[in-house]
Amino acid sequence: MAKASAAVILAGLAVAVAACGNAPTTSGPAASSSASSASTGGGGKTLEGVKLEVAAKWTGDEQKNFEQVLKAFTEKTGAKVTYASTGEDTGAYLGPRIQGGSPPDVAILPQPGLVQQYAKQGALKPLTDAVTKEIDTNYTPYWKDLGSADGKVYGVLIKAAHKSLVWYRTQAFQDAGVQEPATWDDLMKAAQTIADSGTAPFSLCGASAWTLTDLFENIYLSTAGPEKYDQLSKHEIPWTDPSVATALEKIAQIAGKQEFMVDGTSGTMQTDFPTCANKVFANKKSAMVIEADFVATSVAQAKGKVGEDAKAIPFPKAGDTAPVVLGGDVAVAMKDSPGAMALLEFLASKEGGEIWAKLPGYLSPNKNVSPDNYPDALTKQLGQTIVSAGDAVRYDMSDLAPSAFGGTDGKGEWKILQDFLRKPTDVKGAQAALEAEAKKAWK
Amino acid sequence: MTERLDGPAPAVPREEETSRGGASGPADTPSTKLRLGPSPAVAIAFLLPAALLLGVWVVYPIVYSLFRSLFDASGSGFVGLGNYATIFTDGSMLTTIRNNLIWVVVAPIVVTTLGLIFAVLTERIRWATAFKLIVFMPMAVSLMAAGVIFRLVYDEAPDRGVANAILTTVHDTFSSSQGYPEARPREGAQSAVAAQDGGVVTKQPAQAGQPVLIPIVGVKPATMPGNARPAKAVTGGGGLAGTVWFDFTPGGGGAPNQVDSGEKGLPGMTVEAVKDGKVAGTATTAEDGSFRFEGLPAGSYVVRLPQDNFKAAYNGLTWLGPTLITPAIIGAFVWVWAGFAMVLIAAGLAAIPRDALEAARIDGATEWQVFRRITIPLLSPVLLVVFVTMIINTLKVFDLVFIIAPSSVQPQANVVALEMWRVAFGGGNNQGLGSALAIFLLILVLPFMIMNIRRFRRENA
Repeated sequence: MAKASAAVILAGLAVAVAACGNAPTTSGPAASSSASSASTGGGGKTLEGVKLEVAAKWTGDEQKNFEQVLKAFTEKTGAKVTYASTGEDTGAYLGPRIQGGSPPDVAILPQPGLVQQYAKQGALKPLTDAVTKEIDTNYTPYWKDLGSADGKVYGVLIKAAHKSLVWYRTQAFQDAGVQEPATWDDLMKAAQTIADSGTAPFSLCGASAWTLTDLFENIYLSTAGPEKYDQLSKHEIPWTDPSVATALEKIAQIAGKQEFMVDGTSGTMQTDFPTCANKVFANKKSAMVIEADFVATSVAQAKGKVGEDAKAIPFPKAGDTAPVVLGGDVAVAMKDSPGAMALLEFLASKEGGEIWAKLPGYLSPNKNVSPDNYPDALTKQLGQTIVSAGDAVRYDMSDLAPSAFGGTDGKGEWKILQDFLRKPTDVKGAQAALEAEAKKAWK
Repeated sequence: MTERLDGPAPAVPREEETSRGGASGPADTPSTKLRLGPSPAVAIAFLLPAALLLGVWVVYPIVYSLFRSLFDASGSGFVGLGNYATIFTDGSMLTTIRNNLIWVVVAPIVVTTLGLIFAVLTERIRWATAFKLIVFMPMAVSLMAAGVIFRLVYDEAPDRGVANAILTTVHDTFSSSQGYPEARPREGAQSAVAAQDGGVVTKQPAQAGQPVLIPIVGVKPATMPGNARPAKAVTGGGGLAGTVWFDFTPGGGGAPNQVDSGEKGLPGMTVEAVKDGKVAGTATTAEDGSFRFEGLPAGSYVVRLPQDNFKAAYNGLTWLGPTLITPAIIGAFVWVWAGFAMVLIAAGLAAIPRDALEAARIDGATEWQVFRRITIPLLSPVLLVVFVTMIINTLKVFDLVFIIAPSSVQPQANVVALEMWRVAFGGGNNQGLGSALAIFLLILVLPFMIMNIRRFRRENA
C-alpha cells in the first residue's frame, strides 16, 4: 500500500516536472528562428520559416480580404502568418494576453487610444527605421503623430473608415421633393420637409453610442475647426468650452423634435447600429442615416443599389470646415521580431495598400494608394475626399480618448451623449458631465 | 463504511473521524491501531492532486485578486483601499449595487415561490411529468441563449416582441385606435392653425361664409385611408364649413397652407366648433376632407380637431427602457430557474411522510392548513437550499444583463459582476478596480456559501 502510494506521488511529480519543462523547450526554437532570420536579412524570401500571429477584430468577408493581403505577404517574404480574431472587444482579448506575457506578434487595434494605453504599459515595440520611413513617404504627419506615444512611433494606420457621410434613401427624398443638402441649415430644412411628408427624416442609432460620438465629431470639426478639434481630442480645452455647446445644440435640433427621429426618442434609444440603417433601407420607415461608408452593407442586404436606391453625401458643413472624420485600425507590434516589423512595413507600403484596395470594403489612408484601385465608384469618391482633404482630415475623436471615456458601453462620453439624446434641452448639464468624466479619464 | 460501523465509536460523526485521521493522525498513536482508514502518507498522496488543483485554480486567484485590488490600473501604484472607496462613492457603481440588491431581494423569492407552486400543483395532476419537463426545459438552454430569446421577447415593436404583442392584443380588444397618429398641424406664422392639448385649433375664430382651412402634415403613408380623395377648398354654401387636408404635395412643390392639386383630404376627422370653451357643434370630414356644421347659430367659433383624431396606437410598454429593464431581466431569470426550483422542491415533496399529512387531515385540518402547517415546515430544508442557491446565482448574474439590456440602458441595468468585467477588461482596463469588485462580490457570496456548507454538514451528520 505504502509503496503504491509512493509510486503515485512519483508519477505525479514526474508529470508536473514534464509540464514545467515544456515551457522553456517550446520557446527555444522560436527564439532561435527569429535570431537566424535576423542574421540572414535582405533580398528574396528572407523570412522563410518564421511564424507570425496577427490579431484583429475582423470576421467574415473582412477577415477573408485581410487574409488575402497576408497571403501576398507570405508569398513575398516566406513568413507564415496566422490570423486570430479578437472578437468585437479587442481590449478584452489583448488585455489578458498581455498580462499573461504571450501577446500576438502584430495586433491591429481599432483605436489609436489603445496605442497610447499599451505604450504606457510597455506592451508595444517601437517601429524600426525602415517602417518609419515607409510611413513618412505614404502618410501625412498627422497620421504619424496618431500612432506615436512619448515621441516614439508605435503604430501605422492601415485601414480607414470614412465617417463623414449622410446616407439617404433616394425614394424618400423624391417623395418629399428635397435636394441633397450642402449645409447643416439646408439639412434641417430638408428634414422638416421630409417630416411633413410623413416620413421620419433621421434614423439615429441611440443604442450604439459610437454613432452618436461620430455625429458630434462631424459637427464639432465643422463648427470649431481642426485646431480646436485637436485640442478637445487631447483634453487641452475643457468640454465646458462654448464650442462644445454649439455642436451639442446642433444635435438637439434633431433630438429635440420627436417627428425628426423614427420611433421617437424611446425607440431610438433601443436601436443599435445595423438596425438603424435597416430602418432606412430595408423597412423604409426613415429617410437618412448618418454613419460611415460601411452602411453600404446594409443597403446591399436590403437588396438596394448604392448610387441608385441609396446615396451617400458628404456630411453637410455646419460651420467653416467641410468635415472629414476617419476611423480606422492601427497596426502595432507587440513582439520585437523582424517578422512583425516586416509585416508592418508591408502593410504601410504602397504595394500592400494597393493589393488591399482592389478588394471590396477597404479604404486606405495611404496618400500614395491611388483611388483608381478601388473596385466601386463610391469608394473611389471617398478615397478622393481623403486625398484632397490632406492635412484637414481628422481621426475619430472618441477613439483617441482613453477607452473608459470614449469607448465603453454605459460609461463616459458614450453614456452622456445617450443621456443627452434623451434630454436634449440640457446642454449645460451634458457639458458638465462630459468634463467630469474627461477629468477622471485623463488624470 | 461497513468497516466504520464495526469501529469503536459508531455514533461519532464521520467528519470528526476523518479530520482526526487526516490532520492529527500521528499524535493519536494509540488509536492508529484501531483505525481502519489509510495511513497519513497515503491520505496525503490522495489529497495532493485535489489540493494542488484547488490551490492553483481557487486559492491562488483569490489571493492574487486581493493583492491586485490594492493597486491602481497600471498595477504598479499602491492605492491601499482606494479602489474599494471608489466602489462606494462612484455614482454608477452605487447603481450597480442597488440593482444587485433588487435582484437578491426579488429574484430568489419569486423563483422559490413559483417553484413551490408548480411543484405542489403538479403533484396531483396526471401529466405531471410532461408538465415538469416543459417547465424544466429552459434549464437546458444556456443563459446566453436565454438572453437572446428575451431580447426578442421584450422588443418594443409588437410585430416582433411577444410581450408587447400580448399587451397590444389585450388592449386593442377593449379599445381600438383610429385616426392619424403623429400627424400635426402645419406650423409657422402663416399657418392659420396651431397645436393645443394634443389637438388642433384655429388661431382666429371663424365665421360662417369664410372657409376654414386646416392644414395637417406628417401623415404616415400607412395611416392614409384608402378612400381619401383630392382635397377641395369649400366655397359657398350656408353655415360654417372648411377643409382638413394633408398639406403636402407628393414630390414637393406645393405651397404651404394652400389646397394644391394633388393634395388629399383627410376623411373621418372629428371637427368641433367651440364657443366660450363649450362645444357648440360637431361634424365629420368627408372623403375630400371637407366638413360643414349644420344648424349652427350664426357667430364666430374656434374650430377644433380634438385629440382623439391623433391618438397614437397603443404599442405596449418600453420593456428595455431605463425604468423597466431590471424587472424585465429578472423575468427572464425566473423563466430559466423556475423549473430547477420546481424539480428540487417536487423531489422534497415526494419525500414528505404521507402519514403526517393524513394525520393532520383526519384531525380536521383544511388543505390550506395542511399546506401551511405541515408541508411547508417539512419542506423547509429543501426550500432553503433552493433559496440560497438562487441568492448565489443572482449575485453573480452577468450574461442575462449583458445580452438583454441594450447598451443605452446598460448603466441602468448594470450589476456588480458585469461592472467587474467592464471595468477590468471590457474597455475600462482597470484591473485593480476590477479585482476590488471581484473581492466585493466574493464577500457578498461568502455568507451564503458558509450557510450552505454548514447545512450540508448538519445533514450529513
